[in-house]
Amino acid sequence: MSTLTTTAGPGTGRAPRRPRQGEGQRQSVAGWLFVTPALFVLGLFLLIPIVMALWVSFTDWNGRGSPFSSRVELVGADNYAALLTEPGLSRQDFMISLRNTFYYVVGVVPLQTVIALLLAVIVNQKFLRGRTFFRTAFYFPSVVSSVAISLVFLFLFTGTGAVNQFLALFGIDGPVWFSDPRGLIHLIGDWLGLWSVGRPPSALADTQVLSLSLWEWFSGPSVALTAIMAQVIWTTAGTFMLMFLAGLQDLPTEVEEAAMVDGANRWQRFRNVTVPHLRPTILLVVTLGVIGTWQVFDQMYVMTQGGPAKTTLTPAFLSYTAAFRQQQWGQGAAMAFLLFLLIFLLTSLQRFVLRDKDEAATRRARRRQQRATRRGARA
Amino acid sequence: MTQTPTGDSIAPAARTRAAEDIAVTEATKPKVVDDGNLVNRSGRGKKILVYTLLVIFALIYIYPFIVQVVTSFKTNGDAVANPLALVPDPITTAAFERLAQTEYPRWFTNSVVVTLLVTAGRVFLVSLAGYALARLTFRGRNAVFTGILAVLAVPGVVLLIPRFLVLNYLGMYNTYPALFVPLLVDAAGVFIMKQFFESIPVSVEEAARIDGAGTFRTFWSVVLPMARPALITITILSFQGSWNELPHFIIAADDPDLFTLTRGVGQLTSGGLGSGNQFPISMAAALLMTIPTALVFVVFQRYFTQGANAGAEKG
Repeated sequence: MSTLTTTAGPGTGRAPRRPRQGEGQRQSVAGWLFVTPALFVLGLFLLIPIVMALWVSFTDWNGRGSPFSSRVELVGADNYAALLTEPGLSRQDFMISLRNTFYYVVGVVPLQTVIALLLAVIVNQKFLRGRTFFRTAFYFPSVVSSVAISLVFLFLFTGTGAVNQFLALFGIDGPVWFSDPRGLIHLIGDWLGLWSVGRPPSALADTQVLSLSLWEWFSGPSVALTAIMAQVIWTTAGTFMLMFLAGLQDLPTEVEEAAMVDGANRWQRFRNVTVPHLRPTILLVVTLGVIGTWQVFDQMYVMTQGGPAKTTLTPAFLSYTAAFRQQQWGQGAAMAFLLFLLIFLLTSLQRFVLRDKDEAATRRARRRQQRATRRGARA
Repeated sequence: MTQTPTGDSIAPAARTRAAEDIAVTEATKPKVVDDGNLVNRSGRGKKILVYTLLVIFALIYIYPFIVQVVTSFKTNGDAVANPLALVPDPITTAAFERLAQTEYPRWFTNSVVVTLLVTAGRVFLVSLAGYALARLTFRGRNAVFTGILAVLAVPGVVLLIPRFLVLNYLGMYNTYPALFVPLLVDAAGVFIMKQFFESIPVSVEEAARIDGAGTFRTFWSVVLPMARPALITITILSFQGSWNELPHFIIAADDPDLFTLTRGVGQLTSGGLGSGNQFPISMAAALLMTIPTALVFVVFQRYFTQGANAGAEKG
């Protein structure tokens, strides 16, 4: 990505020359006329709403009348405090939703990235017949409505559904996926004999952190959430596969050949040539993945409504129910802003961690040099 | 919000890829030399591995759709007892007949109308704005562009409550315009069009201008026809976006007459049709709403590929 510039490629248009006086005025009017409709829609349904919601997040508005009327009371940061610092049901629900989504993100993002890369590498094999067909098949779920796909997966994952019948072929007794609230880490620990799910170790169960016991924090994703994760990975991998394919096709052949001449085997070539080359794409895919997964809403609305036992509750769904169903608009809006902030922080952090090390080094060197020159000039 | 990553904030450099991707068709992309020709040792083992993986993934990816089609022609008892069976026994179209008696046709019509309006509006408004930002010099242009980039960074789900507040305040809640007007412009589209217009030569427009054509005329009859690939990309992105949209339709109206497919079908699972766990009905409902997507997908497949990358890298 660092090699791309923000201007268009060679041979393409440049910004028009400075126009004459009358022409300039005409362009100015036309320019504003052209952008006004777009600005109007974006302003009215994006900027103003955000400002309004920010206002509402500091009030106790209950959905009746105008949020700006004098009857609506300003409550300062109470809504935020109820979610973050005050022990209570609101904070407990919010923390549960953060816990669920954390496990969801940690499970979905790496898996969908790896599977997308694997699919791209497979479909990119030149000897393969019907590559277009397979590429299409893998990509198709990405363009289908999440509602339609949710219905199909609800059917596949019922207690006596296709997935469990398939597992039964191997003698595995599958769970009733979407109504199973048991946490995966709990189950694994139980299976390894570390603890018993019925009688959790009191050290964990009795220590409360932010309205949840440690035992609840370390539950892992519930079985129900795991099924949703599987669905989402299945759906989104295709999109990211296309991004990886574009990246793979940009890989200069000479580099591959040089590595081959050097006697690198296929895995070494993949590890030391292909993956570094795909670095920008990987960064992009992971960033998009994190942004998308923290927002998960559709599946919860269609499939589980946050259940069983709140184990598929997510901040986006919780903020929706708080506002639209419990009429706690201030709190719902506050949750939306906290989610916004969280996504913003995570993507910034991620970009910082995964930033191009070389580029950062060059920039640092340049800055050092500039400082030196400045000092030199002063002296 | 579809599950497709309608990506948000990406490094600026990636953004230019959008325009390039549109300009470069698949055929002209550099092809990587078949490395099978360079090294033939262990070629067979590799082929076996690749084909095995391919078959497994193809099954995982295609099987759910087959189940969907087959189950919608089953009776409920058959669907529950033999979920893996690929032949309905007996074959019945009862599920479709039931759907026809419900509100499903109305949801379908609403979805079609909203999708058409959103797509038409977006293609026009977004290319107008993109053209102005790419080609016309006016005071405040940079500020407008910066604003649009900032808007791109707002995660969609965060807008649920805010959008409702404004629709409610304006008295638009529970009206038809509430379904489509807020979706008429998306910042990503403006961005894609701007990048595209910057990539085409200025000379043609200058010729038209010298011939005395006005700015809108130049845009409409000279520039827009040249922008066909980008326009198709925008069309596809907005078709996909509005046909699959769910959260916006949830917060824009709760009048059953204003339900779109996603909204109406989304309630099937909570027994919206009094059907509870009538699997053939829900599979038929899912199937019928997938068919238009599949048709558009097959016709514009090549552009979908480009759209995905443009959409992701839109910035």
